[in-house]
Amino acid sequence: MMEGMEAIVREHRFFADLDDDFVKLIAGCARNVRFNAGDYLFRAGEPANEFYLLRHGRVALDIAVPGRGMITIETVSAGEIVGVSWLLPPYRWDHDTRAVELVRAIGMDAKCLRQKCDADHDVGYEMMLRFVPILVDRLRALRLQLLDVYGTHG
Amino acid sequence: MALAADPMAPIAARVARVRRELKDVWTIDIEVGSGGFPFAPGQFNMLYSFGVGEAAISISGDPARPNTLVHTVRAVGKVSGALTRLKPGEFVGLRGPFGAGWPIDVAVGSDVVLVAGGLGLAPLRPALYRLLATRENYGRIVLLCGARSPRDILFRIELERWRRRLDIDIEVTVDHAAPDWRGNVGVVTTLIGRAAFDRHHTVAMVCGPEIMMRFAASELVNAGVSDEAIYLSMERNMKCAIGHCGHCQFGGDFICKDGPVLTYRHLRDRLARSEI
Repeated sequence: MMEGMEAIVREHRFFADLDDDFVKLIAGCARNVRFNAGDYLFRAGEPANEFYLLRHGRVALDIAVPGRGMITIETVSAGEIVGVSWLLPPYRWDHDTRAVELVRAIGMDAKCLRQKCDADHDVGYEMMLRFVPILVDRLRALRLQLLDVYGTHG
Repeated sequence: MALAADPMAPIAARVARVRRELKDVWTIDIEVGSGGFPFAPGQFNMLYSFGVGEAAISISGDPARPNTLVHTVRAVGKVSGALTRLKPGEFVGLRGPFGAGWPIDVAVGSDVVLVAGGLGLAPLRPALYRLLATRENYGRIVLLCGARSPRDILFRIELERWRRRLDIDIEVTVDHAAPDWRGNVGVVTTLIGRAAFDRHHTVAMVCGPEIMMRFAASELVNAGVSDEAIYLSMERNMKCAIGHCGHCQFGGDFICKDGPVLTYRHLRDRLARSEI
């Protein structure tokens, strides 16, 4: 069973080229999950106990805006990661995440992974090397989004 | 239609049809008669609204149908606003075509990635028509489109029609959406990393707001595309359109004459400089 999960973890591009030992360690925190269209992976305010590596499908990140209702601020697709709030205290989600279509993913137990990163800093460093480019990419995209380039001033 | 011998002298051309594309965007069809009005994808014309003024407008129609000249215009100022208020049967002044177009021939044998932001799909559409008309000459063709919201997606019906073809990959994203939108949300640059193309043999054509083109070109370079294989369509305040008046000067280039389509390698050091 674990060998199966190791294979699934290794297939995801987030863990590409990761050492076998690390894969084995990380797979211990992983489980297969599935969401139907409309299901929530997590809701704003809930503890960030699990993040997801999408294997199939697309999810929407929604934020409730007073007076405007729910606004989708980003979608995330297969091959990408959902959820970064588990990395830092207070470990709580600040948006809803909803399956737009059938989603298959690897659910990573965040507390389990944080403990492994604390116990073995090589694992922690490896995780940091993989997460920082994602955060930088999202920051870059957010900057462009903030510029509202398609407005009449664009 | 015979072009005027003097490139500064407009000819009078009859408006055949005007249709609204989006809240503030219209497409104008201009009759040019049996002689046609040959142009290269990516070129622009100077359209003159009599008594109001002249503006540079990219050609957005099919180069294989030169008898009808198509322009897509956003009403943002006096001239563009007047152009969008034209009625069928009325006349418009026409000069052109001007400028260097998209590298359709350079792209032969390569994958082609088109990145369009907002109204940027209009100048890219003639390139796509040409690519699809000679589909066998190219590898993978990828069209990545960004818009502000679902209701701001330009040429939506045509995008849906192209999407039904099996020989082109099309992804559309919007910057913001309500939860009933089932497509991508995020800036258009986020689509580049997800798209499949051979980075060693790709020609990219990018059109949209300049800041979006900068980010897109940077993302294409990150994806492994050479900066000399990335082409951007620049927009500046074109007046004479033949490189005499200097209004569209951008460093050492006149965008009207040397552009509007130029390589990222040629432009990159100037793009981030606000003083140019």
